[in-house]
Amino acid sequence: MTRVALFATCFNDAMWPGTPIATVTLLERLGVEVDFPAAQTCCGQMFTNTGYADEAIPRVRSFVEVFGGYDAVVAPSGSCTGSVREQYADLARRSGDAGLSRAVAEVAPKVYELSEYLVDVLGVTDVGASFPHRVTYHPTCHSLRMLHVGDRPLRLLREVRGIDLVELPAATECCGFGGTFAMKNADVSVAMGSDKVRHIRDTGAEIVVAGDNSCLAHIGGLLGRQRAGVRTMHLAEVLASTAEASA
Amino acid sequence: MSARHTGPVAATTPTFIGMPKFPALAREALGNTQQRRNLAFATQTIRGKRAAVVGEVGDWEALRLNGAAVKDEVLAHLDDYLIQLEDKLTAAGTTVHWARDAAEANRIVVELVRGKGVDEVVKVKSMATQEIELNEALEEAGIAAWETDLAELIVQLGNDRPSHILVPAIHRGRAEIRDIFRTRMAAAGRPAPETMTDEPAQLAEAARLHLREKFLRAKVGISGANFAIADTGTLVVLESEGNGRMCLTLPETLISVVGIEKVLPTWEDLGTFLQLLPRSSTGERMNPYTSIWTGPADGDGPQETHVVLVDNGRTHVLADPVGRQALRCIRCSACLNVCPVYERAGGHAYGSVYPGPIGAVLTPQLRGIDNPIDASLPYASSLCGACFEVCPVRIDIPRLLVNLRTQVVDAHRGRPSAEGLAMKSAAWMFAEPGRWASMQKGITASSKLLRGKRTLQHLPWPGSVWTDARNAPVPPRETFRQWWQRTHGESR
Repeated sequence: MTRVALFATCFNDAMWPGTPIATVTLLERLGVEVDFPAAQTCCGQMFTNTGYADEAIPRVRSFVEVFGGYDAVVAPSGSCTGSVREQYADLARRSGDAGLSRAVAEVAPKVYELSEYLVDVLGVTDVGASFPHRVTYHPTCHSLRMLHVGDRPLRLLREVRGIDLVELPAATECCGFGGTFAMKNADVSVAMGSDKVRHIRDTGAEIVVAGDNSCLAHIGGLLGRQRAGVRTMHLAEVLASTAEASA
Repeated sequence: MSARHTGPVAATTPTFIGMPKFPALAREALGNTQQRRNLAFATQTIRGKRAAVVGEVGDWEALRLNGAAVKDEVLAHLDDYLIQLEDKLTAAGTTVHWARDAAEANRIVVELVRGKGVDEVVKVKSMATQEIELNEALEEAGIAAWETDLAELIVQLGNDRPSHILVPAIHRGRAEIRDIFRTRMAAAGRPAPETMTDEPAQLAEAARLHLREKFLRAKVGISGANFAIADTGTLVVLESEGNGRMCLTLPETLISVVGIEKVLPTWEDLGTFLQLLPRSSTGERMNPYTSIWTGPADGDGPQETHVVLVDNGRTHVLADPVGRQALRCIRCSACLNVCPVYERAGGHAYGSVYPGPIGAVLTPQLRGIDNPIDASLPYASSLCGACFEVCPVRIDIPRLLVNLRTQVVDAHRGRPSAEGLAMKSAAWMFAEPGRWASMQKGITASSKLLRGKRTLQHLPWPGSVWTDARNAPVPPRETFRQWWQRTHGESR
């Protein structure tokens, strides 16, 4: 029996619980028994990407301890998955602890972003979802260019019953969130987000979907301020929706 | 991962000392609507051209890997290759000069020009001479340095600074260029024709007439080099206009200022880079003019050739095992053209002759991170990774940015800051799952206080930085952890 852990991510855990709940619902519906190790907190990406490597290293240590015993770790976030898979090695090297480097090399490849886990490990694209709405999909930068998830999320969305999926113009361009960039360079961040939101509004979609709630908080914050009449939703929540229970 | 600060850093020149940090410069630039429009149009156009000509090369990734490997080989044995280059250059009849920094390089060039008894030089577009501010040094010595690249001419006549590596006047529209030519050309030589409009062909013709008399008169030409080939002692310059070719062939004396990282080991290596550079840079299969010379040729072209090999902080970059890959850079500008930050903030916000993503990693490594502008550059990115994706020599710019951010934070540790305190508190909270669970009780309690509000529009500082333009989410009534415990019970 494979042991699968949910890495909820701290941001989802505290601010967007609907997303990890949808992830659990979806995985259980697909017959995966998923565990939530309660000792997990944060992957440390916010520290790493702001330059606080010393604060990030204990997060690396904790992550490999908490998730080391699992066969697969699933996270509904491209950027947190990217942080573990692509940045932990550098942090472990900085710590000077060869044991930590070995643990990272062992654990990191077993960490999957949700769409990767569904398509590559479970081998499904039709997850039995139903979502009769006009939707556009924004590929987040870290899922696209760090993890290279490619069109996996779109393949999943295309199989959803009743969905009216419209292409987002200039989809691969960054929304401008960028973690603490959104605060440290708020003006440029908002300028980038304004263009993203303009493209989203041009599609006539009711909902913009992405695999990272951090980017969606930025995009949704701008849409909300404009009273745009467009809401944001995580990919997991769309995929968890059924004809009986919509998110 | 932290750098040993061994090599000397380049001096931050007077042009950039005391400049505000990137966020302040960017905020101002965002309001320049003409520049926003020019940059969006120009970068999107060139982005499309690049994508098309790169897409038609079947083994592009193999070329990139080869380009990166050749550059890494050079960087790993830079001392050997430089000595070989010096030997071969000398054997070919070129005089080699070594410059530790900008001041030394400028002194050498000024002395050489003075030695020819002239008061003007014509220049090929060159990033190295801009980096060391050679024009300013020549001017101080009473020598006029005429830029001959069309865009550099626009910048020079406009008393402006370049804002792009390849397209220095990218921030200018053609009406502005017409005005600059009309009002400034006369003071620098042949005036613009009375009838000149803002048609590109007419602007180019005005520049051609203006520059031609300088080409025919100048006794000394100054260039950089895109590549310096160690096993043959050959210099290579790629350009589009042919104005560079004029400067490289008409004057009697040619002085080339070359960064020490420009070395390629062999003539064969050039083949890789002649494929990588034009496609990445102008989005052309091949650039129109490629000039290649190995010392002076009897009775043909300059009879005296000099090369000034410049360090100016490069050995400092080399000392950082992570950051040194920035020295692979071949100045193609592909990263600028895809960067969403550069497209909006423009090149002047980066406070250096190297703007955009490569500037954000190169400048703080060349100059160090003591100046506020230099320390702010590693943060001038959303880490979206578009730059790494297009880089022809695979410089992992996002990783280098994070590496530099770590150096900035490490250099400021011990000094109190709101950000440092916030990070420390968050680190303390995440260290114990129990603390994190307690924090979540606070989060849900605040949600109850907000009584059904769906978004927040005004938060006190520092939250106001977010809510100035964006609504903020309201905390949930139940966190995921609390939901899990309620529905799935205690887990391990």
